[in-house]
Amino acid sequence: MDSGSSPLLYSGTAWDFGTLRRAYDAIERIAETELGLDVYPNRIEVITSEQMLDVYTAHGMPITYRHWSYGKHFLQHENEYKKGYSNLAYEVVINANPCISYLMEGNTATMQALVIAHAAFGHNHFFKNNHLFRQWTDATSILDYLEFARGFISRCEDQHGVAAVERVLDAAHALSRNGVHRHGGKQRSLNLQSEEQRERERREYDQKVYNDLWRTVPSGKASIGADGVAERRRRLGLPEENLLYFLEKTSPVLKSWERELIRIVRLIAQYFYPQPQAKVMNEGCATWVHHQIMTRLHETGQIDDAAFLECIHSTSSVIQQHGFEHVGPNLNPYALGYAMMSDIARACTDPSAEDRRWFPDFAGNGDAIGTLKHAWANYRDESFILQFLSPAVIRRFRLFRLLDDTAESSLLVDAIHDEDGYREIRRSLARSFDPGLSTPDIQVLDVDLSGDRRLLLEHRTKPGQLLHAKDAAATMRYLASLWGYEVRLQEVDMATDNILAVHSAGP
Amino acid sequence: MDIIDRRPNPHGKNLENRRRVLTRARQAVIKAVRDAVDSGTLRETGHGEAVTIPADSLHEPAFHEVFTSGKRDIVLPGNKEFSVGDRLKRPDGKGGGGGGSGSGASGEGGGGSEDNFRFVLTRDEFLDLFFEDLELPDLVKRDILDTETVSPMRTGISTDGSPSQIDLARSMRQSMARRIGLKRPKSQAVRELEAEIEALEASGEAPERLAAVRAEVVEARRRQARIPWVDPVDLRYRRFTPTPKPSARAVMFCMMDVSGSMTESMKDLAKRFFLLLHVFLERRYKRVELVFIRHTEAAEEVDEKTFFTDPRTGGTIVSSALEELIRIQHERYPASSWNIYAAQASDGDNYGGDTARAVGLLENDILPLVQHFAYIEVAPSGAVIRGETDLWRGYEPLAGRSEQMAMRRVSDRREIFPVFRDLFGKRPVSGLGAG
Repeated sequence: MDSGSSPLLYSGTAWDFGTLRRAYDAIERIAETELGLDVYPNRIEVITSEQMLDVYTAHGMPITYRHWSYGKHFLQHENEYKKGYSNLAYEVVINANPCISYLMEGNTATMQALVIAHAAFGHNHFFKNNHLFRQWTDATSILDYLEFARGFISRCEDQHGVAAVERVLDAAHALSRNGVHRHGGKQRSLNLQSEEQRERERREYDQKVYNDLWRTVPSGKASIGADGVAERRRRLGLPEENLLYFLEKTSPVLKSWERELIRIVRLIAQYFYPQPQAKVMNEGCATWVHHQIMTRLHETGQIDDAAFLECIHSTSSVIQQHGFEHVGPNLNPYALGYAMMSDIARACTDPSAEDRRWFPDFAGNGDAIGTLKHAWANYRDESFILQFLSPAVIRRFRLFRLLDDTAESSLLVDAIHDEDGYREIRRSLARSFDPGLSTPDIQVLDVDLSGDRRLLLEHRTKPGQLLHAKDAAATMRYLASLWGYEVRLQEVDMATDNILAVHSAGP
Repeated sequence: MDIIDRRPNPHGKNLENRRRVLTRARQAVIKAVRDAVDSGTLRETGHGEAVTIPADSLHEPAFHEVFTSGKRDIVLPGNKEFSVGDRLKRPDGKGGGGGGSGSGASGEGGGGSEDNFRFVLTRDEFLDLFFEDLELPDLVKRDILDTETVSPMRTGISTDGSPSQIDLARSMRQSMARRIGLKRPKSQAVRELEAEIEALEASGEAPERLAAVRAEVVEARRRQARIPWVDPVDLRYRRFTPTPKPSARAVMFCMMDVSGSMTESMKDLAKRFFLLLHVFLERRYKRVELVFIRHTEAAEEVDEKTFFTDPRTGGTIVSSALEELIRIQHERYPASSWNIYAAQASDGDNYGGDTARAVGLLENDILPLVQHFAYIEVAPSGAVIRGETDLWRGYEPLAGRSEQMAMRRVSDRREIFPVFRDLFGKRPVSGLGAG
């Protein structure tokens, strides 16, 4: 590219739709020809701050059904925003095809350009290429599905009353964290036509759902003995970790529309399942991409110095990393992600001896973008950190590890950023991003179908890491209301199989 | 790539969700609203209240683990001084107590750690919650209350309006200011220049001066033509705004004994009652005026702050306050155009011999005028039922005879609201409650 020959895209802070389009075109040229990004078609929507609050409310879903919990989130965000505790994000991006980026009308021209580079290219590339998103979410149909869900729920409210719908949704929301398939194989892609047809069929053949259950009741001769239990569990697909899926398919008391509500909550939870698992990478990717693009725009004379300084200011405040003493979340995913992406790029083009030792497979290969794209496509936070966190980044963040042993009266520093500590820190940090740790491992074990239909669940854990008792009790009540009979949850020590605690709730 | 401008899309997508939050947390919100009333001033209460409700009422539970004992690793940034083997004091609130007792509230995002929930109610929401089942007594003000009538009222000036409403003086003042501002040549000045030209032409002297003056005149005339004498931007119109007729307005007289026998806590009780009445009236009437009359041996009208905070010493002559009420009412609030409400708070003491006079004033001069007269007798907190006071004995027969009169005793904050509901409750309820 010949530098300095292009005219300025804009000057000053004001923008209009022409500016957006010019900026988009220039950014697209760099993103595609120089970075070789592969993105979904883009759609850019300009919204007001109030609309941004609306988008926030639903965790970035552009369309939501009505439920009080969204009102609660709205009020929380609104309070924080009005009191000035938090700024609104400059953008929100939806993993959909076409990929929707929301831009706030109050942004300056530079911020709009930056946001387009960040969201419409950085995040978009990540959504389209990362294996987690490819495997778990179907970007082409999510918008249609949300639209269907909203329509369906509002029809249910008309038909059965708001309170009845709310009862099911409240319960389903409480269980939604345990309502995802964590292991592949069972998920089907969202397909609007088939969803609608299935919903119709379900209504028409209301009874069939019950039959499914009754067929699983062991007949007289099979009702005794271990074989019977094993057979019953096989038929019901037990053990099952997806509580919502299990309830949707087998609950004896739910009506068909209630099953559909549970399915909606479950599918939406599934859609959001990958997001927190790739937060560091996703933000790192988007921040690195926007920084590259804005730098190129400046080098080619398409934005002026003032605009570029604004970019740098904005980027550096986003990737600010406080020390551990600071109140709030410890590691800023933007900071860590950006630092790791830049470090990989550096190791590719300008490796130190240390990089060659630690990363023999890509250090000095000269292909920063290819290496990054490979990482973006094939890793999630946990594995990415385990594979790519370099001593240089550990030193830069001055990471250290504390051992918190409650048998001791004090905390022990057992690794710091030195030769002995790098691998320890890297392993611990990676493990802290393990999605398995953030959600308790709860499975449906058995149903006493021949007796009182009690549902038995198991939480496998360690002593000292039990469920929050009050919340667990409330959640169990929700579970019982969906199951219709007694439910019982045992907390079991993984190592010894001892029962540590029992929660139960009646319908 | 598409760019879509979503800004004109319908706003307020979350209004329905917000309403559902209120419904869900109704009990908590109602309680919060009453607390908010307790701590506000009369005039401000109800104008968009921020209320805080406990987080539990909107808590969304889920299964989550809490670390109470055992071992775990934490990786943190920003090491400045630690090296391997250093021991750090356990910060408060993190991890279990020493020795694995595990009582500390630990774990990130624990369910109990949510903040209380604060939101701002609109005035309507606030009052709806507050007055769920109250209704004003005797809303019918002599045939006319229901039909709200409006009449135009002068409310300043505006830049557009009907030609018949042009305010000439103001318009001309604007016009003059504009002419001066734009330096429009005055006719007088032009005439002088023309006179000079004539003189110069006649005399034939100074031809260059003649040319200059001629050019000046041409320029001046051109400017005069360009800058009009009166321009549309100068016009000012008298503005009229439809204003509710007096029938939709009310005045509320607050009377209180501020003599030494009234303690702060007793005044506080009275304040709460006045406050409730005010909020209540504001909801019914477009405009509510407040008159504060305090009295000891003599009565005077004061502002709200003085009313509640400035202590006085002296005896107690209740009739002085009633006289003051009658005087102010005659002067400023004719009964034909105002709804009159009066509330009196007192500890029941009165100067011997004055009670009969007060009762006479009340019965003959005040009750016929007012919509409602409430007498609240406040007793010190915790006081047991005591003998009837002088004033109470005097007022009691009146309350029996007159529908407009109501009287109650209050000795504790908690009783204020029930008493208020009792007085202003919906008809059937108050019918049962009155006695």
